[in-house]
Amino acid sequence: MLDRIAGQQAALLLLADGRLPAGGYAHSGGLEPAVRARRVRDMADLEAFLIGRAETAGLVAAAFTAAVCARAIQGDLSDLPELEAELDARIPAPELRKVSRDLGRQLRRAMQSIHPHEDFVQLGAAPHQPLVMGIAAAALGLHPTAAALAILHENNSGAAAAAAKLMPVDPFNVHAILARMTGRLDELAAYAASFAHEPAADLPSPGSPLADIAAEHHRRSDVRLFAS
Amino acid sequence: MNDMNAPQTRALRLGVAGPVGTGKSSVIAAICRHLRDELRLGVITNDIYTDEDARFLKSAGVLPEERIRAVETGSCPHTAIRDDVTMNLIAVEDMERDFAPLDIVLVESGGDNLTATFSPALVDAQLFVLDVAGGGDVARKGGPGISGADLLVINKIDLGEHVDVDVEKMVSDATNAREGGPVLALSRKRPETVEQLCDWVREMRKTYAAGGHIPKDPGPMAPHHHAHDDGHEHTHSHAHAHPHD
Amino acid sequence: MYDSSLRDPDKLATGAMFAQARLSTVFSGRSSHADVLRSDGPLVLRKSNPKGAEPLTHRRTDIARVALAAGTAGPLGGDAYALDVRVGQGSTLLLQEVSAMLVLPGVGGEQSRMTITVNVEAGATFVWWAEPIIAAHRCHHLHDVRINLAADARLVLREEMLLGRHGEEPGDFSSRLRITRDNRALYDQRLSFGPATRGWDGAAVLSGNRAVGSVIVVNPDWSDTPPPAQPYDLSAVCAPLAGPGVAISAVAPDSLALRGLLHDGLNTLGAPWAI
Repeated sequence: MLDRIAGQQAALLLLADGRLPAGGYAHSGGLEPAVRARRVRDMADLEAFLIGRAETAGLVAAAFTAAVCARAIQGDLSDLPELEAELDARIPAPELRKVSRDLGRQLRRAMQSIHPHEDFVQLGAAPHQPLVMGIAAAALGLHPTAAALAILHENNSGAAAAAAKLMPVDPFNVHAILARMTGRLDELAAYAASFAHEPAADLPSPGSPLADIAAEHHRRSDVRLFAS
Repeated sequence: MNDMNAPQTRALRLGVAGPVGTGKSSVIAAICRHLRDELRLGVITNDIYTDEDARFLKSAGVLPEERIRAVETGSCPHTAIRDDVTMNLIAVEDMERDFAPLDIVLVESGGDNLTATFSPALVDAQLFVLDVAGGGDVARKGGPGISGADLLVINKIDLGEHVDVDVEKMVSDATNAREGGPVLALSRKRPETVEQLCDWVREMRKTYAAGGHIPKDPGPMAPHHHAHDDGHEHTHSHAHAHPHD
Repeated sequence: MYDSSLRDPDKLATGAMFAQARLSTVFSGRSSHADVLRSDGPLVLRKSNPKGAEPLTHRRTDIARVALAAGTAGPLGGDAYALDVRVGQGSTLLLQEVSAMLVLPGVGGEQSRMTITVNVEAGATFVWWAEPIIAAHRCHHLHDVRINLAADARLVLREEMLLGRHGEEPGDFSSRLRITRDNRALYDQRLSFGPATRGWDGAAVLSGNRAVGSVIVVNPDWSDTPPPAQPYDLSAVCAPLAGPGVAISAVAPDSLALRGLLHDGLNTLGAPWAI
């Protein structure tokens, strides 16, 4: 895996950086409703939440990002509609499908200005974030493993950063969790990328029932700090 | 650039910024109420919590509900208008496309501190709203919004006597801080001041449509003066993204 | 889907059991009936009578009713069971189960596997009212369900998983339910828990709950207006899919509470789905 990332580290850092102006800061990745439901109360809960999220929604996003990146590199994006449908089928909560598409639109809007590429046009009106990320990664010269790692890191660090606003936490402890997760994120990225050339139907589909349930409750909450 | 989101027509994008509670929503409501019959308007609100400002404007009935949309800023109102404007940019472009042609899209920032101003990537011109209840010396303190906005509004002037603020002095302090830039003393209880506000908006819209307005960035920090130890005084300003005329 | 390598005796643990059962229904013009009912070892298929609450079909006499019973305990580690179901054009099949399925460990920690493949043909309706699957301590199981629906086929299915018997930590369990409609993906979710899986006990997945399940309803009449999302309980939601279907999803401390939540969710859909 290191071989395939080598040479593009700077591009990977650019894409995975939470400061990439694509609106990610408005989302807590489901942490806010989990805190509100008192399912996340301390640092151990936060760590279990972040790990569970990375292993489920994170892996799904990473696998689809890697698959699109591989197809973009090969110059054949003909099964994008099928990838859209397969990703929809893996996100049962309509609110989370909407969030994924909102973030996708934003990422495309940003990357079209930052690093334009004709492949962005092939995406539909409101493409899922992993599909946009896959194309953005390929446009920056990244390979599928790096593309998968970019979205895993971006989603994970975004949710972790939200903890500082939602819980009485020491930010050093939050980053300590992220540091402990780095090895596993590398493994997940490599695993996600191992499906990059498989048919869309065979990509992983791990679910996260409580994330789906909490997302719909969050949408109906009158007072919320984060959009999701 | 292949921007699938790009609207066919472009409205004047007018930002309204200012600290919490100074009356940004009321200023927008007043503009909508008085100009909706002569100009085609849309509003984007930015909220810290949920979509409360959008709900306020909708319930006030100043525009059809579908022309008022909320952007949720994840409790980062400053970021949403300055560092990462993508969400707002998409909201503005969607509005311009869905209701084309529009004359003005108003963007209300979430209430923040004195340093929060709109990026020129998001708006063409911006109002900065203060109120007398926030204290008479706020205008003198300056800051990029106060010194650099296209128009500074000092709101709720009818309350001046109740909070021991000399409105005239506050306006003249502000005019000094703005080096002569326009300052408007406003109260919704004084219709002539609301009419002055609307005149300014009409004028800005006209200038913009004629291509005569060049967006300027108030800047992340106000231009300020340093008196150095050697007694040599000089002026500088920080990080302007656009040339000033 | 069906892996023929599992027939290879070398790949099966000593004493492991292989079974492949088949079930098919047809519509005769007046009523539906099972034209193929082939049991195999532990998978026993029987024609049955109404049994408790059931959506859509309660007390109807023109449908095919079949009960799946376990002929032996298990599956145990190393076992590979397969069930193929075809719901023929225009027919209605109600598949019930006689009891919960207890998944147990084998002697050497081998994986057990249950593979269920369902084809629901044009105009057909499949109601699968399954009983819970219990993942016993130290089990190692993969439960794989694939359902393909014709564009105008209807489906209601209930799946429930319990994490261990009472007071017991679960073994390694993974369940995948994939539903395609007109050969296009509609729902694909895998749920894994147990010592070999990470993060499943956290707040994104199960958060200490010991029962998880869902009811999936697919109704072509919803193509234009699917039911709205309804988070009707802090631990449950009825969520419209990106197609004419909903997923009612719930987590609960135990099987009784889970059953209650799932049925509450079904009742939010109103007649004829309510029970």
